[in-house]
Amino acid sequence: MISLMQSFRIRGGVHPDPRKTATTDLSISSDFPLPKKLYIPLQQHVGKPAEPVVRVGDYVYKGQLLAHSQGMISAPVHAPSSGIISDIADYPAPHPSALPIRTVFMETDGKDVWQLLKPPTDPFGLSAEEISLRVGAAGVVGMGGATFPAAVKLNLGRKNKISTLLINGGECEPYLTCDDRLMQESADGIIDGIRIMLHGMETPQAIVGIEDNKPAAFRAMKKAAADFRQIEVRQVPTHYPMGWDRQLIRYLTGKEVPADGRATDVGVLMHNVATAYAIHKAIRHNRPLVDRVVTIAGGAAGSPGNIWVPIGTLISELLDFCRVDRPRMARLVMGGPMMGDALPIAELPVVKATSGILALTQDEITRGSEQACIRCARCISACPAGLLPVDMANRIRSNQLESAVDIGLKDCISCGSCSYVCPSNIPLVHYFKYAAGELAARQQAQHKSEQTKKLIEERNKRIERIEKQKAEEAARELAAKVAKYSADQAEQVL
Amino acid sequence: MLNLRPTTGPHTRENLSIGGIMRQVIYALIPATLFGLYLFGWPAINLFLITLFSALVFEYVCLKLADKPALPALKDSSALLTAWLLAMSLPPWAPWWVGVTGAGLAIILGKQVYGGLGQNLFNPAMLARVALLISFPLELTTWVNVAPWLSETAPDFKTGLHITFMGLDNVDSTTGATVLGYVKTELSQKHPLSASLADIYNSNNAWLGFMRGSLSETSAILLILGGGWLLFKKIITWHIPLSIIVSVALISAVFNALNPEIYLSPSVHLSSGALMCTAFFIATDYVTSPNTPLGQLIFGSACGLLIFTIRTWGGYPEGAAFAILLMNALTPLIDHYVKPRIYGRDRQGRPLEL
Repeated sequence: MISLMQSFRIRGGVHPDPRKTATTDLSISSDFPLPKKLYIPLQQHVGKPAEPVVRVGDYVYKGQLLAHSQGMISAPVHAPSSGIISDIADYPAPHPSALPIRTVFMETDGKDVWQLLKPPTDPFGLSAEEISLRVGAAGVVGMGGATFPAAVKLNLGRKNKISTLLINGGECEPYLTCDDRLMQESADGIIDGIRIMLHGMETPQAIVGIEDNKPAAFRAMKKAAADFRQIEVRQVPTHYPMGWDRQLIRYLTGKEVPADGRATDVGVLMHNVATAYAIHKAIRHNRPLVDRVVTIAGGAAGSPGNIWVPIGTLISELLDFCRVDRPRMARLVMGGPMMGDALPIAELPVVKATSGILALTQDEITRGSEQACIRCARCISACPAGLLPVDMANRIRSNQLESAVDIGLKDCISCGSCSYVCPSNIPLVHYFKYAAGELAARQQAQHKSEQTKKLIEERNKRIERIEKQKAEEAARELAAKVAKYSADQAEQVL
Repeated sequence: MLNLRPTTGPHTRENLSIGGIMRQVIYALIPATLFGLYLFGWPAINLFLITLFSALVFEYVCLKLADKPALPALKDSSALLTAWLLAMSLPPWAPWWVGVTGAGLAIILGKQVYGGLGQNLFNPAMLARVALLISFPLELTTWVNVAPWLSETAPDFKTGLHITFMGLDNVDSTTGATVLGYVKTELSQKHPLSASLADIYNSNNAWLGFMRGSLSETSAILLILGGGWLLFKKIITWHIPLSIIVSVALISAVFNALNPEIYLSPSVHLSSGALMCTAFFIATDYVTSPNTPLGQLIFGSACGLLIFTIRTWGGYPEGAAFAILLMNALTPLIDHYVKPRIYGRDRQGRPLEL
């Protein structure tokens, strides 16, 4: 009965072909050879880019701070191996545009020597604030792809006195199995990370949600959490986008986050399993975030798998390692196939957000040509946010962006469910992203013109004031002259 | 090779196309269609093929005139399906020009003048059906007796051609009234239902479809079977069919209980194949029905109410086509007012209160 009630809590969504079998049974490989060169972007997180503290020519040890965080929302970056800083310059970012961003270039010496590591710490002897500080200093960000600095979230949770920490082990994107494998192989570390987070947020309980297509991961996590009554491990239905925080929050807690609010408003906060593991390594073993598990899959990958990869490794080297058949690779995607980004070139670095690298063949990505909408309303029933994708797209097509906002454009989470089900191949998400960008540009332009107007008005006022002052001064001088003159006259008369 | 044209996600998609959807609907119609063609023989087969062929020709000509690529549009089978549904609803031995005119009305006036697939306000097949009924009342209400293919009473191929192209010679001996038409006439002459129904209505024959009626709309059972296939394949959802059937059943049950001599029982209403065809195949047309589940329930219930109203008090014995057209006109209004609730907001679009 309870499960029936809960299934009503899932709205919309789709069931894409999982395509996880190629990698789900392979243990995470640590055999990836250390690259000769690493390219470490200074912005791998939401917020301000990090500011370098090393200089060209410096020798750095693995785990040494390369750039410190700046401002309230930011994260530092550490050396993924030992070697020499060869340059600090612009390098294309792993983004569909491949626009250059500030990047530290490193030539590794092959020794992979760690900096002097502090002995393992007992996290529960530390204060809650200290945990946030250390998580922040280790450069941990949301590893599910959102890359929000984890320390900021911990502080948010503590300040809002949240009641439940949710851990996302859903991994609802097709192809990806990095979280699945991590849970199977390092459940104890993840559970330890969750306990550290609970301690750091002074939160009484945590619920781990794992999709029911990962029974091995569920068993491993259940076993690892058996001794800790504050951590509950639960199965959730396999349903895209289960990993959308608000979907999982509603499924696991029955609470709905208000449109203008945050998860903390309903007393919960969500982290990814890989983030929990990174926090475990950062606090328990004092090791900053310098590597991550990446799923390499897709039809063009000769030997797909999950691999521990140092941050800054070029994707092209990963493709070679996994024997990707380059001529057959029609699209290179970073992340999952639903929300991931198509990359224009492979010579881009792996970053903290890189959960997967997919080398997809033409067969896997083929979409027919765009056809007329037949109003089948599949997009409407697929939308987890309760929007009308077909209507929004129509309004955007006729350039009525404001009216698209009126019917909920800003509530769109770009999960891609609508485009996925559309039998007419209408690229709905494309329309929404275009509209969002265009609106931001218009807003900026309007802001600019308002600013200009304000400046002109101020200038006019200033000129007016100066004129007035001048006039007043002239009047005063005249009055003074008149007074002096009349005084002189009076003197003369006397 | 990498295609450098920038694309947003998703980089995968469900394996479903417009043509695939249309073809599933056609598959679902096959049992009822074959049964109808068997029941009414060569003239029905001729009419059916003529209607389908002329619809494809009209579609091709319209697309050429509009300078649109014709082949992909023809391949999506939407014109074929429209003509199929229209042909099913025609009197089985109607002359060839009824099929051609109907297909023209459906494709040109019903669909292409609005801008083609997905743009029309009214269901093209029903628009053509109603336009034909009003323009040619005699041909559209000539209901031939059941004459199964290859049986003694059935016309052979040559006679079939004669009927289709030259017209029916012995109208009086080969035709009669449908159940709904007969009881309506009888009621107007103050004959109670208990007497008139006994003359014409046999419950088993009605559900199976061994009776006079439209070309392929006589068998309620086979149409329900096809509807079940569409539900199973998730081409349609249950909202519209169920709300139509339930509303007709409920309303007719109430009136039947009030006076069983004037108002037909729910089982007579439901065993009419036209109702099942409407519920599963016509009213569920994506283009002309509401988008949201709640809107579909409203749409279906109102269709049911209108069908009952027209059948009971209207001038025509069957009201499904009129009911559909009226509700098609209301679909944009329903869609305007009935929208899903956005996550984190109330029905008015305000953020939820904590």
